[in-house]
Amino acid sequence: MTTTIRPVLPDDRGRFGDYGGKFVPETLMAALAELESAYAQARADAAFQQELAHLLHSYAGRPTALYHARNLSRHCGGAKIYLKREDLAHTGAHKINNALGQALLARRMGKGRIIAETGAGQHGVATATVCAMLGLKCIVYMGAEDVQRQSLNVFRMKLLEAEVIPVESGTRTLKDAINEAIRDWVTNVETTHYLIGSVVGPHPYPMLVRDFQSVIGREARAQLLEAEGRLPNYVVACVGGGSNAIGTFYQFLGDESVKLVGVEAGGEGVETGHHAASLTAGHPGVLHGAMSYLLQDRHGQVMPTHSISAGLDYPGVGPEHSYLKDTGRAQYLAVTDSQALEGFHLLCRTEGIIPALESSHAVYYASQLARTLSPEQIVLVCLSGRGDKDMGIVAQAEGITI
Amino acid sequence: MAPLTSKAVVRDRIKEKFAALKREGRGGLIVFLTAGFPDRQATLELVPALVAAGADAVELGIPFSDPLAEGPTIQESTFRALQQGITLEDCLEMARVLRPQVPDTPLVLMGYYNPIYQFGLERFAQNCQEAGVDGVIVVDLPQEETGPLAAQCAARGIHIIPLLAPTSTDASIKAAVHTGGGFVYCISLIGVTGARDQVSNRGFELLERVRVHTSLPLAVGFGISTRQHVEQVWRQAQAAVVGSALVRLMLESPRGQLADRASRFVAQLAGRNPPKQGGTAR
Repeated sequence: MTTTIRPVLPDDRGRFGDYGGKFVPETLMAALAELESAYAQARADAAFQQELAHLLHSYAGRPTALYHARNLSRHCGGAKIYLKREDLAHTGAHKINNALGQALLARRMGKGRIIAETGAGQHGVATATVCAMLGLKCIVYMGAEDVQRQSLNVFRMKLLEAEVIPVESGTRTLKDAINEAIRDWVTNVETTHYLIGSVVGPHPYPMLVRDFQSVIGREARAQLLEAEGRLPNYVVACVGGGSNAIGTFYQFLGDESVKLVGVEAGGEGVETGHHAASLTAGHPGVLHGAMSYLLQDRHGQVMPTHSISAGLDYPGVGPEHSYLKDTGRAQYLAVTDSQALEGFHLLCRTEGIIPALESSHAVYYASQLARTLSPEQIVLVCLSGRGDKDMGIVAQAEGITI
Repeated sequence: MAPLTSKAVVRDRIKEKFAALKREGRGGLIVFLTAGFPDRQATLELVPALVAAGADAVELGIPFSDPLAEGPTIQESTFRALQQGITLEDCLEMARVLRPQVPDTPLVLMGYYNPIYQFGLERFAQNCQEAGVDGVIVVDLPQEETGPLAAQCAARGIHIIPLLAPTSTDASIKAAVHTGGGFVYCISLIGVTGARDQVSNRGFELLERVRVHTSLPLAVGFGISTRQHVEQVWRQAQAAVVGSALVRLMLESPRGQLADRASRFVAQLAGRNPPKQGGTAR
């Protein structure tokens, strides 16, 4: 176990190296400054931290289990595969960690109206859940296409008394839901907190979402040390905006022996152009408030993306991932829709766990990686969410009528 | 690099225009239209027609796929321009063609950062200078992030026009008017672009706070839609910016009547007699 001194990132301009920053309309700048200072105070406030820890434990069900997937490991015939079971957290994904943290922060700032964007609906559900519990008004923007393909989650949000607004503009997916949420925020900034669901957006969001999600890696690292007495050789997580990945990676950044792998959505194949692999196939640009890798044409127009999993279907990525890629500390690659489906079935069959299609990307890559490794090596996978929401999509992809 | 000699002949049309307005004792009218909407030719016809009808300066909107500060009207015109394949290069080319036709009118490019960043900041500033663009407004580039673009533009006499909002802090107002130039674009309301029924008081409060920190002329935009709004703005600022109301009229007009209807609207906003019907229609 070796540790080196790393710079504390982001810097005071919200930069991770060249990435990040605050590329937003002037109307929002004061709100970002307010959020930054509220967060700095909350972070140092023991009462805030205690309330968050209490809710993460008693409401969200933390710590989530670390599961040694023996059958999957045996099936792959190589390294030991461990799953960090974020699918067991309340609402079925890691999204609740950040939703709780930010909603407490919003309440602290006296903002009773919460807006959020959602792709797969998991962040929308987590936000609606926390708002119901804390008595906050909740509005969720969701691309019209995602409203269709994730109708179950739309119903869940409505049960939780959130207002779900389908977004018809642009590509009608996550990117456009974020545009619309930002337009709402620009209009209602004085009364509203924008509860961003991933490590994207202007500073301080990539930092504070990372901090709220880093509970994943903190727990997993300790649990693995307890179970195995050593660190993993690899940590694998799927990357759309990249919040579960950063949340898992963060605690391992200083452990040089631990290789970090982010798995992006390869869609129909990166070579086809129908994918959402920003780090694999994009180049640096500015979208939604931050400089980061971006899928765009040569004129700087953001490209339409495709993934079987709505939660990864996003042309940008969190700026810290861009930094980790450029510095070589993490490695990023893409897994296609059909490979993700293979990973999905593999985990259902071998372990009796139905993963989210997002997480299935990581499962597939981990299963391929494990077979190239020896039995004493360890691969830690963040199983970011459960797959109940994806039944319709999987059935449709396989020509089955439910 | 542009030859140094060309710098000496760069005119400050924005400064000249506001000086002329002051001499004439009237307010200025700045119009915004999305470049390349509904097509390139329309922009090339409209700009001289609108200037003839009473526009004192023209903002050409650079289409971007994710216009996150725009209301539905400018989203729609932007989308239609993108469908025409309009790029930043096209916008610069339109400015180049328009320049000699409206030799004294400030031309300002307004858009989002990513197309400019991908074009290359130095190349962008050079091209602006060559095309006769007088200033740029970048919606998602607050003062904190303006440095690299400002460094390229300042050397070539291209103003970075500060965009300030009712939520701007005094510190950011101070910093923005220090980096920026030309005029200060004061957002009249807390919200996205789009025509409104009345002018928000928040914009007038902002003017008071901005005036303390700068002698630059002040323009008020967002939601300014009628002659009455324009007059209201002129009582407190040097210029009014009309965007969505004009673009909405363009969205509603048949292509053949576009220049005519837009010119009449601008003449009405400027408080002039409308131009003779049919004069500019195709």
